[in-house]
Amino acid sequence: MSTHQPPLQQAAPAAPEWQAAPGGSYPGYVSPIPVVRTHLGHAITSEWTKIRSVRSTIWTLGVFVLLVIGIGLLAGAVVSNSASSPDDLSGSNALSLGFFGLLLGSMCIITLGVLTTASEYGTGMIRTTMVACPSRARVLAAKAIVFFAVAFVITLAASAFVAMTQVSMLNDVARTPTGGEWLKGTVGVSLYIALLGLLSLIIGSIIRHSAGAITIMIGAVLAPLVIALFMFSSSLEKVRNALFEYSIPNQLSVFYSNSLSDSGPSGWDPLWIILGVTAVAFAGAYALLEKRDV
Amino acid sequence: MIELASLTKRYGDKTAVDDLTFTVRPGIVTGFLGPNGAGKSTTMRMILGLDHPTAGRVRIDGKRYEQLKDPLTYIGALLDAKAVHGGRSAFNHLLCLAQSNGIPQARVAEVLDTVGLTAVARKKAKGFSLGMGQRLGIAGALLGDPRILMFDEPVNGLDPEGIHWIRNLMKSLAAQGRTVFVSSHLMSEMALTADHLVVIGQGRLLADTSMADFIRTNSRSYVRVRSPQRERLLDVLHGAGITVVETGAGALEVEGGKAEPIGELAAQNGIVLHELSIQQASLEEAFMQLTAESVEYHAHADSPPVPLAWGSGWDKGA
Repeated sequence: MSTHQPPLQQAAPAAPEWQAAPGGSYPGYVSPIPVVRTHLGHAITSEWTKIRSVRSTIWTLGVFVLLVIGIGLLAGAVVSNSASSPDDLSGSNALSLGFFGLLLGSMCIITLGVLTTASEYGTGMIRTTMVACPSRARVLAAKAIVFFAVAFVITLAASAFVAMTQVSMLNDVARTPTGGEWLKGTVGVSLYIALLGLLSLIIGSIIRHSAGAITIMIGAVLAPLVIALFMFSSSLEKVRNALFEYSIPNQLSVFYSNSLSDSGPSGWDPLWIILGVTAVAFAGAYALLEKRDV
Repeated sequence: MIELASLTKRYGDKTAVDDLTFTVRPGIVTGFLGPNGAGKSTTMRMILGLDHPTAGRVRIDGKRYEQLKDPLTYIGALLDAKAVHGGRSAFNHLLCLAQSNGIPQARVAEVLDTVGLTAVARKKAKGFSLGMGQRLGIAGALLGDPRILMFDEPVNGLDPEGIHWIRNLMKSLAAQGRTVFVSSHLMSEMALTADHLVVIGQGRLLADTSMADFIRTNSRSYVRVRSPQRERLLDVLHGAGITVVETGAGALEVEGGKAEPIGELAAQNGIVLHELSIQQASLEEAFMQLTAESVEYHAHADSPPVPLAWGSGWDKGA
């Protein structure tokens, strides 16, 4: 390398030959591809392609269906073998046996929900997504709609199948469920599970880290119940009851009218509670998405 | 056309991009050059609306990126080859991008063919080599047949054939009247592709010039002479009115001169020459000089510590 270089002359920023055409018109290439004014529908189609084209969707949903149906049928078989009269089930209906499978299965829905958003941050795909669709609200909304629809349909199919099988298995020993109980035990729980998944999706978008968001969500499901279990002191009685009553497993059991306690949420309350929480979280996630760099 | 005005980005107290103002014009390839960590990628992310500028603004044909309703048919970008979900096939990756912008599905097969990935279209992206990932990223950029194209370090990981291909691709895209903006940290690469050059260092604009001007200013030729009779040679050259610069290694350099008159002078005076050669200062050197003060990460030029002979420290006692 030589030791004496002439100082570099910095040319004037705009050489005349490159001056833009006047009047704010922008010359250049015109594509033969027709220009489409995009809307939410385009983003939804895109997200649908995304969710169906990765293996993790097949895995999580496959395990979910296996758990719900497998555990549901197992519980039905055990009860129908051991119970001989309606008294053994203390007057409850056969639908409530679907609870165990759905509680375990909800972990799969939580995982899929988190992965829908957080995996894009893990892989860097989010930058490609946001470049293709600069409206961040639209991206989040499209992901939410597609995921919610998928989670709801799968949960409804699995829980309805289990419910019908269990009711026919326990025809002689259990009370026949009413129409309202059918609705809560299938559509109700499916909406609840799908909303729980949607909340996970939103947490994934806020945390931007798959493992972290999954841990938070599983903690949110299990921690209140586990903590309440070890609250022996009578002065903590009120806290303990609240933790029991509002823990997600207990709220889920409310749909089968076999809550752990007599007070606390009842009827369709759990659905309104999670709907409110999800709405607030969605607003927060949207605000963060707009504010942060991708 | 991409217009940047006083664009600034700070992360805490670190300024990544500092008051950048320049314009990327259609019909030519504009090279965006700077050492690693100079702020090239941050600038490109701000152009694409991914990062919010701390100050200043970016306009794409007069619009903010968020205002583009069908951005892929307007501006195509290769940010980094790894901005892909590894579990998705190349085809499905491009399909979801096409769908989000209402681009006909037929384009997916077209761009896969353009970049030469048709054979692996159904393979998962995580199995791709860096070069194949780069090609997939380029396919994504070309998907909407956009009028503006941005490539961040496109030749990274490509083999010589791939480098040759991307060079020609960029030139042909610009020749169609498109705006082509390509970043690199390799001056030699830019010299072969770019018509215009924007150089930044530590986020600041160092040069905004046409490639031809840059070469004219910076490609300097000189004659190097080495002789055992150095003092006599110096006297003779001075006597002939030739300006000579002495350099460290005992050689003399004659700026811009021709080799012939020096050789003839030496012969007439019976001076022995060990070397008489024409030297060309490379553009790479010019670039390194330009950015020398602003290099973020540099290795130490001095040689690494010489390892001691095995066991040499034993007698000192531990």
